[in-house]
Amino acid sequence: MKDFGYTLQPDFSIDFDRNDKRMMLYVVNHEPSLNLCIGCGSCTATCSTGHFTSFNIRAIHTLLRRGETHQLKQEIRKCMFCGKCQLVCPRGVNLRNVILRINRAIEQIG
Amino acid sequence: MINFNLFVLPFFFGLLYMLLAIGKSWYRWISALPAIDKVKVTSGIRHPGQVISALKEVFLEAFIHRRMWKLNPLLGYLHMSFALGWLLLIVLGNMESRFYSGTHLNAPYYPIFLKFFIHDKLVLFFEVYSVPGVFRFIMDFVLLFVLSGLVLAFIKRKHSKWFGMKQTTTHQLTDRVALTCLWLIFPMRLLAESYTAGYYGNGGGFMTQPLGNALVYITPLPSEFIAYTMWWGYSLVLGIFFVTLPYSRYMHIPTEVLLIFFRHFGIQPKKWYSSFTETEVHACSRCGVCIDVCPLRAAEVIDSQAVYFIRGVRDNYVPEEITQKCLICGRCQEVCPVGIKTDALRLIKRRELNSGQATEFRYLSNGHAKPADVIYFSGCMTHLTPTIIRATKGIMTKAGVNYIHLDENQTICCGRPLMIAGKDRQASELIEFNKLLIKQTQAKLLVTSCPICYRVFREEYNIPIRIQHHSQYILDLVKTGKIPLQGNFRRVAYHDPCELGRGTKTFEAPRELLGKVADLVPVRDQTNNAHCCGGSLGIFEISSHQRDTMTKQALEILLEHEPETLATACPLCKKTFSPHSPVKVMDIAELVYQAIPEKELPTISQLPHLSSCFVSAQSRPE
Repeated sequence: MKDFGYTLQPDFSIDFDRNDKRMMLYVVNHEPSLNLCIGCGSCTATCSTGHFTSFNIRAIHTLLRRGETHQLKQEIRKCMFCGKCQLVCPRGVNLRNVILRINRAIEQIG
Repeated sequence: MINFNLFVLPFFFGLLYMLLAIGKSWYRWISALPAIDKVKVTSGIRHPGQVISALKEVFLEAFIHRRMWKLNPLLGYLHMSFALGWLLLIVLGNMESRFYSGTHLNAPYYPIFLKFFIHDKLVLFFEVYSVPGVFRFIMDFVLLFVLSGLVLAFIKRKHSKWFGMKQTTTHQLTDRVALTCLWLIFPMRLLAESYTAGYYGNGGGFMTQPLGNALVYITPLPSEFIAYTMWWGYSLVLGIFFVTLPYSRYMHIPTEVLLIFFRHFGIQPKKWYSSFTETEVHACSRCGVCIDVCPLRAAEVIDSQAVYFIRGVRDNYVPEEITQKCLICGRCQEVCPVGIKTDALRLIKRRELNSGQATEFRYLSNGHAKPADVIYFSGCMTHLTPTIIRATKGIMTKAGVNYIHLDENQTICCGRPLMIAGKDRQASELIEFNKLLIKQTQAKLLVTSCPICYRVFREEYNIPIRIQHHSQYILDLVKTGKIPLQGNFRRVAYHDPCELGRGTKTFEAPRELLGKVADLVPVRDQTNNAHCCGGSLGIFEISSHQRDTMTKQALEILLEHEPETLATACPLCKKTFSPHSPVKVMDIAELVYQAIPEKELPTISQLPHLSSCFVSAQSRPE
């Protein structure tokens, strides 16, 4: 069968009333500048890890906000922490601290 | 006559307590040394040369305070008068007491309170040249020397700027108590000796005798009673000082001696919190010299400077944000009079805090590199300033170097950004991947444009290959005549990047290279004392506004002599300065590249084909 690059995704929904916000609150409390994010994707475009894999900081942010802790844990491991994302951020989000805090949250909250 | 009085007891027990406390600490630190360091200590003690050189440094640093003199002469004199003066009082006092007692073993309090026990008569002008007369003169002179330091210390409270310090340390309670007692010791001694001399009408020196006579004359109370009270006071302040010493900043006095010996025996600081680090922490005198030089002060961070951080470490209480709030620029450890490696200490604490983190770097294992003579590793940061890459590659092509741009399309981070956060284990994984690639190229030389990478390549990689920063490499190329340069002289101010300058002590190569293509203008704080650009990767919790204030402060100093161009050797510094600088910010490589005559420049066809050097299986799905 010809592969057109499309796949079938299983049903999936996020219940914002029930999802696990602990990690998001922890990160945002310690690094409020994350709220400045406009989702432009500059961080993702410049990311060193992103040149090797599908690692995507904007997606990390989304996972964090949605409380999808499991995927977040899998993804954040790939970050090399070089800090390019922070340097290109037009909003001055302290992304290295965001990554640091996500890792800390994984340790503390699990 | 029994040379004892009840008032000597506070002094005596204080001294005993202090000696026991110091002995306990020293024993703990020495016994906690790793086995290899213990061997170093035992072999060091047997080498008189090492012991003598250590003793010499103890004298120069702990008593003369040589490094303090270099910082500011007034500050140096203040500390010398206290330390050397007190030492002389003890040594000469002992000699004087031997003269009176005639024995070799005196009670420890006897020399300290000698004037209370001895009141021999000397007829002025005749017997003044006798041994006791000379001692009296010297002892008074030394006391005056110490008191002059005390006066300076009082002045320093109000006018610290005269002593070269804008900001002094905010001390905690134990330090204040110990400081008050220390300051009271010498006036109390002066008063006690003067009153005694005045009451007996003799026994004092050129200062204490006239002062005593005057005091007895003006004081309405019985002077014998006052003199006795003063001796009690003198003994009490000594005793309290001795008891508080092990818990206050004055613990640095005995600890610095041990630290100097440790250093002379070749004991190195470890990557973890070792006994050596513990000694360093206790050797901090909290003088506060590190406060003024901290660039974070411009960003209104006033609680995380090295002195407060080390105090927190010593008290086993370091708030997390104090450990994190540091640029790791290394400016404070350059001025530290005790020579404490504050950055290393901060990283040790960060390792304890941040080291746990799972990693998944297997995606890096697909790369392979082609053989070449020279590796060019631009580094993550340089990819954000592509003009530096273009200039460096243009220069290398012009010089006809067979090189490979190792991270042209895909950069494996050097590991330093992780290490600076305290994640050494995670960084070592990256290091292994990079080492593999470097090995595959079979190159003899690695050139990097990024000082952050340069430092970590040198310090952590252990690879049998020469490592150069591009400023050093281009200088070599220019010196061997491979790069023709034409006069393109502009007024240029050079900014020392922290990692290249203080980090690896590379100060000369960039300046020499710049000197060939530009006129260097003087910069006020440079080399060891250069400011951080504000873009440091060492700090995490800082707003972009705070970073901007630091950048502006650094720029203000760099642009004092109105250069036309600001040169730096670090892509991160360039990126940080560029948005704020009124003049053009350029990397050294760019300046050199511009100085190559146009007809000599390599054509586009000569430049290596993009992505011909580094091939990754993942990046090219067939």
